[in-house]
Formats: sequence, C-alpha cells, structure tokens
Amino acid sequence: MRRRETTPSELLERQLADIEARDGEVHAYLRLTPKSARAQAAAADQRYARGEPLGPLDGIPMAVKDVLCVDGVETTAGSQILAGYHPPYDATAIARLRAAGAVFVGMTNCDEFAMGSSTENSGYFPTHNPWGLDRVPGGSSGGSAAAVAAGMAVLALGTDTGGSIRQPAALCGVVGMKPTYGRVSRYGLIAFASSLDQIGPFTRSVTDAAQVMQVMAGRDPRDATSAAEPVDMLSELEAGVEGLRIGVAREYSEVEGLEPGVRARVDEAVLKLEGAGAELVEVALPHTDYGLAAYYIVAPAEASSNLARFDGIKYGASDPNAQTLVETYLRTRRQGFGPEVRRRIMLGTYALSSGYYDAYYLKAQKVRTLVARDFAEAFRDCDAIVSATSPTVAFELGAKTGDPLAMYLCDVLTLGGNLAGLPGISLPCGEAGGLPVGLQVLAPQWREDVALRVARAYEMASGVTARVAPA
Amino acid sequence: MIADSWEAVIGMEVHVQLSTASKMFCSCSTDYLGAPPNSHVCPVCLGMPGVLPVANRTAVEKVLKTALALNCSIPDKSKFDRKNYFYPDLPKGYQISQYDLPLSRNGWLDVEHGRVRITRAHLEEDTGSLKHAGDALHAAQESLVDLNRSGMPLMEIVSEPDIHSAEEARDYAMALRQLLRYVGASEADMEKGQLRVEPNISVRRRGDEKLGVKTELKNLNSFRALYRGVEYEIRRQVEALEKGNEIVQETRGWSEAEQRTFSQRSKEYAQDYRYFPEPDLPPIVIDPGWLDRLRGELPELPAPRRQRLVREHGLSEQDARELTAERTTADYFEAVVAAGAEAKPAANWVIQESPRTAPEHLAALIRMVSAGTINRDQARDVMAAGGDPEQIVRERGLAQISDESELGAIVDRVLADNPRAVADYRAGKQQAIQALVGKVIGASDRRANAQVARRLLEERLNP
Repeated sequence: MRRRETTPSELLERQLADIEARDGEVHAYLRLTPKSARAQAAAADQRYARGEPLGPLDGIPMAVKDVLCVDGVETTAGSQILAGYHPPYDATAIARLRAAGAVFVGMTNCDEFAMGSSTENSGYFPTHNPWGLDRVPGGSSGGSAAAVAAGMAVLALGTDTGGSIRQPAALCGVVGMKPTYGRVSRYGLIAFASSLDQIGPFTRSVTDAAQVMQVMAGRDPRDATSAAEPVDMLSELEAGVEGLRIGVAREYSEVEGLEPGVRARVDEAVLKLEGAGAELVEVALPHTDYGLAAYYIVAPAEASSNLARFDGIKYGASDPNAQTLVETYLRTRRQGFGPEVRRRIMLGTYALSSGYYDAYYLKAQKVRTLVARDFAEAFRDCDAIVSATSPTVAFELGAKTGDPLAMYLCDVLTLGGNLAGLPGISLPCGEAGGLPVGLQVLAPQWREDVALRVARAYEMASGVTARVAPA
Repeated sequence: MIADSWEAVIGMEVHVQLSTASKMFCSCSTDYLGAPPNSHVCPVCLGMPGVLPVANRTAVEKVLKTALALNCSIPDKSKFDRKNYFYPDLPKGYQISQYDLPLSRNGWLDVEHGRVRITRAHLEEDTGSLKHAGDALHAAQESLVDLNRSGMPLMEIVSEPDIHSAEEARDYAMALRQLLRYVGASEADMEKGQLRVEPNISVRRRGDEKLGVKTELKNLNSFRALYRGVEYEIRRQVEALEKGNEIVQETRGWSEAEQRTFSQRSKEYAQDYRYFPEPDLPPIVIDPGWLDRLRGELPELPAPRRQRLVREHGLSEQDARELTAERTTADYFEAVVAAGAEAKPAANWVIQESPRTAPEHLAALIRMVSAGTINRDQARDVMAAGGDPEQIVRERGLAQISDESELGAIVDRVLADNPRAVADYRAGKQQAIQALVGKVIGASDRRANAQVARRLLEERLNP
C-alpha cells in the first residue's frame, strides 16, 4: 500500500469477497460490519494518498473476537443472553488499533463467554477448521483463528484465559500470542476469568504478531491491573537464538494424550532451534498436573461472579413472560446461557460457597502460587520454554462435546502460562496427518520480546510459515 | 419507660457517603442530588459488560484519615473483595467491598457516656436506588432503577455493642458526624442519605451474659428518628419478652409517619455472599510515609480542641463545646481571637450571633465595644452592614457618646420630659431607671453609652 500497488479499500473488498466465498463453509464470522469497514478503509486510502499512513497497521483488515466491545457494533460474547447488545464504547485494545488505522471487518465466533476449546459452545453455531471442515478450529477464539487461517482476515484478535488464543492458533496453523497478564488492557473485554484473561493477536507471521502487540500493549488508566512496563516487541525480533537457553520440560513433552505426530513435529522444531544456536536445557514443572484442577476452580469461580450481571434487567435478552423479579433472573439465565456456561457458573458458585471456600478456591490459589514458582525456578535455567501447544491436532466436531473433562484436557499445556501470568506464543511447526501442529514458546513475565524472538528464529531456521489453508 | 431489670445492647453500623468529586471506581460526578435519574452514569457504574473498576485514591485517603481519627490500627496491605448477590439496584451482581483485609480495625470514639469501640472501618461502593410506582413495594406496578448513586464511595464503620440507650445511640452518631466533618470525609447529612445509621439492637435481663436476639433498624433519616426508633425498638422487644414472646432476627424499618418500627426482611437464613478477592483491583499497599502524610493533614479533632479552648482561653466547657461543634466555627472563633479580640466576648459573639463577617472585622467590633466606643446594638448594625467596622462607625458617626457633659445634657432633657418615671423611681421602683436609660439611648440616636448614662441618671436622681 505504501508503494501504491493497492489501497486499503481494494484490500478490504478482496477480503470481503474471500469471506463471501469461504465463510459459508467455515462459519468464522458471527457478523460482518462492511459499512463501517468501508468508511475506515476509505479514510486509510486518503492517508496513503497523502503519503501519511498511521503506521504498519493502517488500512489492514482485522477481525475481532465477539468478546471485545466495539462501539455500536453488536457484541454478544458468543451468547444468546447478549443478543442485540451494542456496547456504547470501544475496548481499549480496539481503540488503540482503531487509532493505528486497523479496519474492523466483523465479529468472530467463539465459545460462549470464551468457555471452551472447540468453539462448539458458541450460542450461535460451530466454526469449522479451514484445514479440514469436519474438524474443530479449537477454541475459544476459534472464529478468529479460522478467519486468519482461511485468509478471511489479515489479523484477528482473540482472548486467552487458559489457552484460548494459542490452542486454536495451533489447530488452525496460524500464529497466536497471549501476552503477560497486565500487558494489554482488559478494559472492554467481556470478562470470563478476570485474573487470567488476556487479549492477543492472531496473524500469519511472527512479525505481524509483534506489530499488533506493539500497538495494543501498555498501561491503560482504565485497567488497574495493566502494567506500566516499557513496551518493545520489535527491536530484538530478528536477533536469533544464538546464546539463548531453551528449556524443555518433561512434564510437557511427556504429557498424557500427546499424539505421536505432534510430538515428532515439536521434537524436530526443538532441534531446529538448537541448530540455530540455542542451548537446550531440561527444566522441571512439577505442579503441572495440579494446575489443571486449580484452573478449573479459579476460572469458574471468577466467571460465576463476572456473569452475575446478565440478569435480564439492563441489557441483552430478557424473558418477557417472567412474572416476578426472581423469575426474570431464573428464566433469562436458564434460556440465555448454554450448558457449559451454566455448568461453570454452578461449579464456581459452589467453590466460593461458605464452608467450601477454603477447600476449593483458597487451595486452588495456593496451587496457582506453586505453578508460578515452578516457572520462576525454570526460568532461572533458561530464557524460554518450548513445547507443543496442544497435545492433539484438530479433532472432529462432536468428538469431545459429550465429555467435558476430555475437552478441559485440551488446555493442559497452555493454562500454566495463564496461572503464572506468562507470555506465550503458538506458531505453526508443520503438519501431522495433514493437519497443523503448533509450537508453544513461553517466556518470563514481560518478556514477550524473548518469546517473539525465539518464534521468529524458528520461522527463519525452518522456513515453516503460516499459510492460508487451501479452499 | 424501660424497666430497670432490662438492659439494651446496641452496636452501630454506619454508612458514610464520602465527599469526593468522582465516584469510587469511575470518573462520574458525585453531584447527582436533584439531577434526573440515570444522568450521572457511565459504562463502569452501569456495570456494562467489559468494564473495569479503578479505585478512587481520594476515597481511600478519606477512609484512612477517618480511621486515624478513630484511633484504628491500619494494616500494611488492604484489598477489595466482591460481595455477590442479586438485586436490581446492583448492576454488576456483586458489590465491591472489603471482607477480611479492611482498611482499618480496632479503634474507638469517646462520647459523653464513655468509650465506644470501633470494630472496623472499610470502603465499598454504593448501590443504585429503586423507585416503586405506587405506595407499597408489593403493590407496585413498576419498579424503576436509578443508577446515579451506583458506585458512590461509601465507608462502613462498625462499632462494638457498647451502646445501651437511645440517647447514647444518638450521641454516638452525632459525635461520629462531627468527626467526619472535621476530617473532611463527608458532609454527613442524614437527610441527604450521606450518613446512614443502622443500629443493631437487642435486650437482655440485667446481669445476663448472653446477648438477646437482635434486630437491625433502617430508614433512620434524622437524629430524632434514630432516637425514637431505638427507643421504640427497645420497648417493643422488652414488651414482647415480658409477654413471653420471642424476638425474630430481622431487619426492621422505621416509619416516620406512624412512629413505629416494622418488619422488613427476615434474617433467619443468612445469605451466602461468596466473598472473594476482587481480581480487577490490585491490593492497596499502605506505606508508612503515606500514612504519615495523612496524619499530618488531620486537623485538631473536636475533643482535644474543646479541651484546649477551655485551657487556653478560659472558656466554659459549654462554650467550648458549642464552638467546636463544627470545625469551621472553631476556626472562625480562633481567627477572631488571633485578630485581637478577647476570648470571652468573642465566644459570646460567635455563639449568639453566628457572625459571617471577616474575623478581623469582628475582632475590631469587639474591641470597640470593650473600649466603649460603640454599644452592642450598634455593633450588631455595623456587622450587618458588612465591611470595615472602623470605617463604618466613622462614616455613620456612630461612635458612642461617653462624654459626660454631652450625655449629661441629654440626661437632663430626658429627666425633664419624663416626670412620671422620675416619680416612680423616687417612690422606690428601682426598675424605672431602666426605662430612663432606654429613653436616653433613644434620644441619643442609639449612640449613648448605656453604662455612663445609667451612672449620670443615678447621680441626678440620688443627689
């Protein structure tokens, strides 16, 4: 666009045409916003015409996970309970990207309130994996991952509470980054689990992910948990891994249910990094097994409180036939929330109840501290930890919907990063059985630069990059 | 009214709306009284999906200052918690409050009847309010939600059950109000809902160790309502127990119209609020330097100030109490004294006249009255005129006539014009001289020095 070979409007029109052509099968988008997108693109056209683009994201079409509030655009968190809700404000991440010239194409499908690992818990419809339409795209940010994988968006935003960016990125063969907790403002993110949620990008290259991070990250006075740490995602991006120590944890490389094809690709990737000059180090993450249990106490507990505001009184759906206040609450919530959301609200409510709090919530918080300590100790011996992102490649639609525990195990390699608040990135490292395999790089808090640098080094060393899934 | 064999045991829960420019967790204005419903709101205090709270530092400081004034211990670290429950005036479905690490604990407030221990003072957000169309909640056709009040900073101060009568309950509330106004925490106007006092009342046979079943009293919108409500509730409980009935643990409201309490909500089944740490707000770290600064900003508090006024200025305990009722009054009094007025007449002026004139002007007036330049009536007129008193006295030619020859001429004329009063006095009616003094003052255009006039009258009438 800088070279005037194309314009933001042309790019947007091609994008809309691709969506038209492919989304009938993939179902990545819940709703498109072509009118406002065309206006944004036209404004970007002018800036390029004047030779004054706002930066590398100016005029780039972007998809937004349906949990991020976009001013005036219906935002539902993938739930019927918010059907028809138009937020009166932009999430901070959206506002920053808007100011950088990004063109918002539409809202992408996700598991309801980001609760799930396959996007099958959407209150609307499931999304299909562009690499195999009978397969799930992962979740909860499955729509965003699938949109980027199918070439229906250059960039997309997702949120990651236990792996909801990295796991779908892996299953769809794209790059997905979950930043350090506190790195990107959560203001305007419809909360699932407040102490775990982070917003991050989906892209088809590590460099693009770094560019988006550079724009989104940084202290926001509207989010008291956002940090004032300096933001530099780019200057060390091409520095390679020469001299870096890369940790491999047995608890991750030998995790239960790890498919051989996934393990093979990840082992090859680790060797590639070694070949590029990294030193391999074995590290231990002994509390990994307890992390999953702790996660499924803390996250539902916070969710049970965060979702209390959906009471049928103020916004979204409300049962018109309810006769009393309590009936309004009960009927609206029973009809508006899907089964997985109701399950987690019940789990979380129970975990916080008087008499059970110490045994569940408090114990889970202690485990969380231990998991964080595991990582802190591991990072004394290494600069980054590399593993598979997901134990499996994309599974078939319906394969795990009847078994919540099997679904929860999808996050076993990613949720430790959330419990410890670490940055992590997933990037493609080949295929197994024709389906993408993802490589996860975890780094110490505030060291997104290290995760990005290792990921970029792998891209360069392996020549493996994300590509658009063939139609 | 309450038989001597019974003892009332009362603990107080007081909610105080803090006086801040913006709400507790958003930047909405707090100046909503009289504004249209839902006009002082934003996505944050409306509890819209995706919003986050950011704590108001001024509100935290106001609680800490109050806590210091209440002799509380303050921890190094405090945090907010979520109190979860459903109600239409609570837009998030939880209230951000403080559970196990409040901003302060274990203090006391000395009131006239003795010391009331303070259990804790913590910070939370206020709820919105409901307007029911119709007379009664259960008969209402519609209930409307107004969220202007939602997210207002609210301090909760809980006392130990150290109060034993309606009078003590009122005294405690008044002393607390005075303290809150001194430290600038709140305007604490009960009628505006800025000070909400909720006594927890039980009675027991005198000498019993075990506490009786308590009721919590709400809707007390004035100190008078507080007094009457507590008095009523004690009597109701004693009468019920004497008849052999049981007290039900419940929340009761005070009906101003009927002057009685009524059952509002049974508390037999304690609600489970599922408190847990608010993940959206980092803990509050209270470092000693911050606390020192706040301590330094505290004004002299009512009790020590009262004692000092007695000690330094020789005032009566009663005068000192009246002068220290409000910090602004005491400040004003001391400014008048600092400007050169004698303390005792300054106290009288401040207490009796509620002057609004500049302290140095009042001091000048008091000096002129003491020096006999003008009399008290004139001084009042000068004060009402406003401005520099010396200049006004000069311009109006008000200076009091103390000159004996000038005043003597007026006295002679008054004596000549009032033979009846003169005769009365000589016949032994001593008070008749008062009427004559009044005539002299009148005849002098209110400028006569009354004391000199009286002496001159007496000299002439008793040769």
